[in-house]
This record gives sequence, C-alpha cells and structure tokens, in this order.
Amino acid sequence: MSDGSFDIIEVVIIGGGAAGLSAGRITAAAGLTTAVIERDSCAGGILNQCIHNGFGLRYFREELTGPEYAEKAAERATEAGCRIFTDTTVLELSVSEPGNGKYKLKKILCCSPEYGVMEFFAKSVILAMGSRERSRGNLAISGHRPAGVFTAGAVQRLMNINGYVPGKEAVIIGSGDVGLIMARRLSWAGVKVKGVVEIMPYPAGLPRNIAQCLEDFDIPLHLSCRTMRINGRHRVESVDIAPLENGRPVLNRAFSLSCDTVLMSVGLIPENELSKKAGVALNPVTGGPVVDSRLMTGIDGIFACGNVLHIHDLADYVSAEAETAGKHVIEYLGGKVKRGEIKTLPGAAVRYVIPGGADPASDNTFYMRSAGVMERARINIHQDGRLIYSRPLKYVKPAEMLKIELPQAVLKESHGSGVLEFSLLAG
Amino acid sequence: MINEQRICIGCPAGCRLRISGEKNNLEISGNRCAKGAEYACNEINDPRRTVTAAALPDQPDRPCCPVKSDRPVPVAIIGRLLAGIYSTPVKLPVKRGEYLIRNFAGTDINVIFTRTVN
Repeated sequence: MSDGSFDIIEVVIIGGGAAGLSAGRITAAAGLTTAVIERDSCAGGILNQCIHNGFGLRYFREELTGPEYAEKAAERATEAGCRIFTDTTVLELSVSEPGNGKYKLKKILCCSPEYGVMEFFAKSVILAMGSRERSRGNLAISGHRPAGVFTAGAVQRLMNINGYVPGKEAVIIGSGDVGLIMARRLSWAGVKVKGVVEIMPYPAGLPRNIAQCLEDFDIPLHLSCRTMRINGRHRVESVDIAPLENGRPVLNRAFSLSCDTVLMSVGLIPENELSKKAGVALNPVTGGPVVDSRLMTGIDGIFACGNVLHIHDLADYVSAEAETAGKHVIEYLGGKVKRGEIKTLPGAAVRYVIPGGADPASDNTFYMRSAGVMERARINIHQDGRLIYSRPLKYVKPAEMLKIELPQAVLKESHGSGVLEFSLLAG
Repeated sequence: MINEQRICIGCPAGCRLRISGEKNNLEISGNRCAKGAEYACNEINDPRRTVTAAALPDQPDRPCCPVKSDRPVPVAIIGRLLAGIYSTPVKLPVKRGEYLIRNFAGTDINVIFTRTVN
C-alpha cells in the first residue's frame, strides 16, 4: 500500500477510536484484510484524553481508564491482524466505478506525513469517525468574545495531553459527563470550580458523576438555569445566570459568578462531513447516518457504528455496537443477502430508534432515547397497530440510552411485515 | 443514628443508596449488587476514591503520562497524593502498568501509568 499499489482491502475503517478498533478486531479476526485509518498520532481517539476511570466494566470486564481502554483495544485489534494507519487523515470517501465483481469499490482518499497522498480501495467501509462537541456558536450566549471560553473536551485535551491548566476559577455550562469529569479534574489541579449551569431541570450526565465530581467538591449545580451572558473583554471575568420559570429567564433573580474560565459541556454532534460528501443519507434527529438492521447506510457496503451513528453514553456500548457492525460486514462480504427487512419508527415519547430496520430472521438489538423524563415507564412495540412487545422500565430519561433486545420469536410470531413502532408510556 | 443517601459510583447504573443504622451496624438499601453495599459502608466509615492525574514528562514535546492509583485512596489523603504525583519527575519512555510511585507514604497505595508513552 505504501508504494502506491492498488491492493484492494476488504474492510477500511475510518476512525481509530473505541468504535473503529472494536470493529477492526472483529473483521480482522475473521480473516478479512482490515485497515483502520486514524488522523491522530496514536490510536484510541478521545479515550486517550479521558484519563479518569470507569471505562471497560462491560467490554473488558475490568475497570479501566480511557488510555488503558484505548491501548488494550488497539493491542487486540493489532493482534487480530488489523493494520492501523496513524497520522493519516481521510480527505474524501467515494464510491468508485466500475465495481469489482459484485462489490462496487469504495475509494478512500487520504494523506499522511509518511506516505503523502494515497488512495485505498475497499470492498466495504465502516464509518467510525466519532463526534465533536457543540460549542459556544451552537448556543445563543451574548457578550464579548474574550479568551478563556473552551469546550470541556478542549480543556480535557489541554490538561491531560498537553499539560496545561486553563485558569484559576471556572464555571461549567452544561452538565454533560465530560463537563462533570472536568469539574473534578480542575478541582484536583487546584482550580476553583464555581458552579455548573444546566438549562434542563435534571442533569445531563450520569448520576455517579454528579456524586463523585460535584458533590465530593461541594460544587453547586444550578438546574433550570440559563447562562445569559459571558462578561469580559480580553479575558472572561464573569458569567450572568438566570433561573428559568416556564421556560423564561427570571431576570430579577439573576446572579453572576466571577471566573476567568468557562467550559461548555453541551452535547456532542456526530462527525459526518465525509459521510455527507459521499452521499450517505443522515437522520436529522441523531445527526448520524440512516442505517438498516445491518447498520449499513443507504450506500451499499458502507456501514456505521459508534458516536458517528448516534451519541452513546459509554465507550463500552460503542465497542459492543462496533462489534455488531463488524459481524454484519463479515456476513455482507460472505455474500449473505438481506431478506424481508422490517422498518422501525420512533413513536410517542421516543426521540429516535437505531437501527432503522429489523431483520425478521434473527434477534434484533435496538438503541433508543426518550423524549422526556418518565418514572415507571413502559416500552411498547406495535406492528400494524398490534402490540407485539412490551416491557416495564423503572426510570427513563433522555440522557440515558435505552437498549431493547427483541428476540427473533417475537417477529416470527407476529407474522407481520409492517413497520415496528416504538413508543414509551408513562405510569 | 445515621440516615444518609448516596449515589453509588461503582458502575454507570448509579444506584441510589439509602444508609441507616449505626456505624458498625449499617442498613443499606437501593443497591443492586454487593459492590453497592460495600461502597455504602465505606462512605460512612472510610470514604475512598480512585485518583487519576496526568504527570508531566521530562521531554516537553511528548504527551503527558496519565496515571491512576492502583486502589481507592482515603479521601483525606487525596490532596497529598496528588501533590506527590505532580512533583514526581517522569523519565520517558514509560509503559502502561509501570510505577510512578510505590507504596505512597506507607499506605500500600501505588500510582501506575495508564498509557505507554515513548
């Protein structure tokens, strides 16, 4: 490959984070030539800057930090025969004509300091590019544009990879997990965290992170509060915060927190620039590709998994989904043809369901998110207006992804071919 | 008489623990596994946390070397341990699992590297 020859690779995986490495291990272990393309100087993606523990309990069955998870995943992928190209940026993904037998080849144009511009041709591609952070531009916060406003992930990288401390006093906007983890990291580095501001009435992050990252350090969590303004001309000086009532800021109860640093932890966006350019159709709700029961996008032979598909709560879930994608790629390249796909659709109180299809000939796993908070809820699946599956759920909230395992027998017994509608019912 | 609530940090489930009774005879509910009960007891008698940090390497152009305590650390000495980590020089290369600090202040707590940095 390095000499510019046009070997055809069976699986090219774009992105060498939790998703790419886990998928690559599976396809390589099945004997498929597999290349993972990673733009950073080492594999692992964002796990490398997540130096805290709490990873791997499900996937590796031991508690790990992010870098350990990354290194182990990379080792296992490499041992399986997967080749990882680091420092290599994919510039363009396209479907190249003519095809090679039954597979239309995918062309992956990339560049690296070592090899210059190069092209890979692949029978199949797995999109595993992950996500990026929402930033100040995605929120409407007025004020000047002083130094000291960061995304939480940017501070995480500055502190954990580059060794910088960003300021002395910080306010965190948004209560996503990265922001909470950074509240503890900043505190342990001697930075005073003055508060976390969350617009919703409940925190976005995991309960355990509220406990170990905020309560341990007596950091106030301001729920149902909106950041109105970031003050300071050259450097951040303070932020103005107003509590919300019926969705409106109550200005006479507004208050200020002085700080020199603002972190924003306000959600992640699947990174799909390459997919879009390749013509992959996206779901406007998830921001990720529309996929069928095989996690295949609208383009034959292009699959997607991990945060590029939809945002996950845990790296372990990403790895599990990526392994599933890997298995579907193996079946696809083995010549298995899809039969009788049943479409899926989000119904009442459900924001989205992934994948967009179910395979009636096998067990199916669905990932979904609720539209709101519900206690003692029930997940129902209807087909052609008939209830075919129902299960109680203790507690449902948008921040926690729901996983539904639908046994094959359910679809077999229903005999239907109509759309599966997923809905959540309170009480 | 103890009557407290905690969120278990043992795994992402985040069980809401209710702790009551006396220090040496605690009643715990809300946990979905044995780890939760153990965590609740420790929270009352000897709260501990796993400590993670990034140590600066001797070569400024290389990435930081992330480290963790190989067991949970009593909350009262976390500050001292962090100061110890921040002031211990790191000589590259380091391998994942190697020690930055052994037997910190006679506590049996070790600090190990969590990433290989060449």
